[in-house]
Amino acid sequence: MKYDTIIIGGGLSGLVAGVALAEKKQKVAIVSLGQSALHFSSGSFGLLGNIDGKPVDNPIEAVAALPAAHPYRRLGVDTVMNLCSKVVPFFAEAGITLKGDCAQNSVRVTPMGKCKSCWLTLDEFATAGELKKYKKAVIVSISSFLDFYPDFLAAGLKSIGLEASVVQVTTPEIDRLRRSTAEMRATSIGRQLRGNAIVELADAIKKVSAGADVVLMPAVAGFDSEEPVKELRSLVGTPLFSIATTPMSMAGTRMQMQLRRRFEALGGTYMLGDNVVAGKIGGNGTVEYVDTANLTEDHLYAESFILASGGFFGHGIVAEPHRIYEPVFGFEVATDGDRDKWFDRNFFAKQPYMSFGLDTDESFRPLKDGKAVNNLYAVGAVLGGYDALKEESGAGVAILTALHVADLIAKK
Amino acid sequence: MGPNNSNKAAKAYDVIIIGAGATGAGTARDCSMRGLKTLLVERLDFTAGATGRNHGLLHSGARYAVTDGESATECIKENMILRRIARHCVEETGGLFVTLPEDDLEYQKLFVDSCRAAGIQADVIDPKEAIAIEPAVNHKIIGAVKVPDGAVDPFRLTTANVIDAQRHGADVLTYHEMVDFLRDGKTVTGVKLRDARTGEEKTFESRLVINAGGIWGHAIAAKAGITINMFPAKGALLIFGHRVNNIVINRCRKPADADILVPGDTISLIGTTSSRVPYDSVDNMEVTQEEVDVLLREGIKIAPSLAYTRILRAYAGVRPLIASDNDPSGRSISRGIVCLDHAKRDGVEGFITISGGKLMTYRLMAEWATDMACKKLGVDAKCRTAELPLPGSEPEAPKNTAKHHIIELSTEQLALEGRHGTLAEEIPHDINDDALVCECENVSVGEIKYAIDKLHVNNLVNLRRRTRLGMGTCQGSICACRASAIMARAFGQAAAISDLESFVNERWKGMMPVAWGQTLVEANFSAWIYEGVCGLGNNSTDKIISDK
Repeated sequence: MKYDTIIIGGGLSGLVAGVALAEKKQKVAIVSLGQSALHFSSGSFGLLGNIDGKPVDNPIEAVAALPAAHPYRRLGVDTVMNLCSKVVPFFAEAGITLKGDCAQNSVRVTPMGKCKSCWLTLDEFATAGELKKYKKAVIVSISSFLDFYPDFLAAGLKSIGLEASVVQVTTPEIDRLRRSTAEMRATSIGRQLRGNAIVELADAIKKVSAGADVVLMPAVAGFDSEEPVKELRSLVGTPLFSIATTPMSMAGTRMQMQLRRRFEALGGTYMLGDNVVAGKIGGNGTVEYVDTANLTEDHLYAESFILASGGFFGHGIVAEPHRIYEPVFGFEVATDGDRDKWFDRNFFAKQPYMSFGLDTDESFRPLKDGKAVNNLYAVGAVLGGYDALKEESGAGVAILTALHVADLIAKK
Repeated sequence: MGPNNSNKAAKAYDVIIIGAGATGAGTARDCSMRGLKTLLVERLDFTAGATGRNHGLLHSGARYAVTDGESATECIKENMILRRIARHCVEETGGLFVTLPEDDLEYQKLFVDSCRAAGIQADVIDPKEAIAIEPAVNHKIIGAVKVPDGAVDPFRLTTANVIDAQRHGADVLTYHEMVDFLRDGKTVTGVKLRDARTGEEKTFESRLVINAGGIWGHAIAAKAGITINMFPAKGALLIFGHRVNNIVINRCRKPADADILVPGDTISLIGTTSSRVPYDSVDNMEVTQEEVDVLLREGIKIAPSLAYTRILRAYAGVRPLIASDNDPSGRSISRGIVCLDHAKRDGVEGFITISGGKLMTYRLMAEWATDMACKKLGVDAKCRTAELPLPGSEPEAPKNTAKHHIIELSTEQLALEGRHGTLAEEIPHDINDDALVCECENVSVGEIKYAIDKLHVNNLVNLRRRTRLGMGTCQGSICACRASAIMARAFGQAAAISDLESFVNERWKGMMPVAWGQTLVEANFSAWIYEGVCGLGNNSTDKIISDK
């Protein structure tokens, strides 16, 4: 089987690269195990929220302060700015409505009522800035749904000047789910919230939200599109926003499905539940083909390959007791010494391992023995040289490197 | 629950027991059952010391048979007693002592003879039979002996002793550190305690103080001007992510590193190492990279599948041995019980130390200490702790038996009964309370409420010890936030959040030494949940709230 481009990994960066290339009329295949960091998305994307513990106000201005090996420095400030301007319309084509500004961070409200900076936020969610316009909130939680923390949230909102009361609701449909203790997860509830179940939930919310000028509820609606959320909002009447839950993330899972549908509508091939297990780099430094776990008889050939396999969580990077490596092509990952040096004993401190990843040339091509592989590109969390968690830059790096590499490949 | 402090200032106890590991809790049970007015004091939580940091092995005594016949005999007696009185804390797995090709098969004969001399049933079986009953064992073994080893849950066991002590009128104070003795000349007349949460100091009078502080007993005795030379020997262990074996596997050789693999609930444990550590390190045991490597290397010889089994975490405890010689390994020292009457030994009246021993002999240690206490106080009462079952292990009432036959129990209910025995009946149970908080270990909202109300739970670590919440494969990634929201209702939000952060750090401490493969993936995932999604830790930026 021969493609223009094969993408290893179907999370945020793989899907964005796939859609961008398919938009450019390429014949693209994505091989995806199915799970990705999108499944615990907060509903917001970070671009650059923090450098060395200091909050960043304008991410574009702050790029210059990053170390030279950082993916944003590889892109350069102009490219970062240029790519950022394309992101909102790019996602809109997939039915994903985002708000935000790359030259001015906004603030998202976390499930525990804390505030963190972010770049883009799904329209369904409220930024702290939006919430400050209101005076009296009601937080509607769902009986037996434990991945939402209304009391912590209320306390957090109080710190930004919004008084919030907490109420619990249930509906006949939700009661049916509650009978099985394992069903009360955001995505299981989301799957049921369609048709009459939305009307029931809207009625229940209306009954408890009299007197409030804003309603906040866990992000459980909108299983396969944003429509159920819009319907719920219109039925409730009072302004209604979602607040992120702990995993599974309904909004993140939905985004993954929407991007995949968009990719397939453009003619892309999405190989779900398969895993690239090896890649063949020829003597001239060019990837010839990759092999997957399911396609045992055939190799997958392509002109270009994109490694969008993720970090440790996505198994794009694997740690053994004395070694860290990339498992498809076997690239070694530099670790600054022994296992003792990979970690800080304070869980919340900067963890060295978080920045471990592939080293590349200026075109995001991984280096093997100091030399770039000709037709292989790395995007997203598999890249080294940045700490997505501390910088709040994970989504930004994933999206921008994917868009950039898609441009590079299309121009070839 | 704990004593009402305003009343307590005036109340004098017959005995105050310092330290709520298995021995202290067992002593509180025994004392209160014999009619003594008892106060049990613990500076942290029940089982926070060596009790909660060992194999959880229900020793048959076979392990000590060759080197220490006296300990072996004590072990097998207590083993049989615990099977009766602590049914819900014990798993009757059986045990194997296997000889590897590199070990001397001659040792097996000495081993079997020594076991029999100590009254331990030891049956030599064909290695093929051993492999058939325990397929996880190395198939290259050249010898195998069956012994009555088992698994015991030290958390459950200690909690059951505390509950029974309270039922017999004992008072219990956790998070109270003993800062000094009350003295009248050379006689101890009580203790001064500091509440670790408020800093408040209180005094309690008693006719007798019993030091059951384990390795910390050294420092406790020092406050009375008494020197007990304790030998802090560190033992490190690894927890594997699932039950690799169903029968305890020991290596049939002179005791050495990593030669026991014990199944317990959902996991298996390999241990231990043994190394001398300085006294000032006993509060902060960290497992080194070398210890992990040794445990893994030796463990794989016993059960080869450990090589590709996920390691959940590593931890270490300190054996509280009384030093008797300068043995650098700490292994040839007797595990024997030491019960000291400081009036005789040091001329200090009103003070007893119970130490040495091991988890297996906690009840016997308690009996010795209580016998001595009764004698000193002139109380004539017989020990009944070997006969009466612990709370949770009573024979089931007929109505329960009937109920169980009518409806098959759900996994959640089985988990509850496994953890709490007959006390599972006290756990609230309706559509709200049945919601699952910890999916790895099936811990419900109701079980958490019960633990907070009845089992002295002050924080998430306490909750973990009472319910196994956060002990499973996710190591708290998913459940700790949920549990924290329930804790917040009892303890307030700020306290709950800061407790959640320290709980996550406590989980990380055990994961860090083994953070590769899936364990690092799990840690990475936890970091994204707690810091990324939830904004916990020090990176949440309330200060940039001036969002336009």
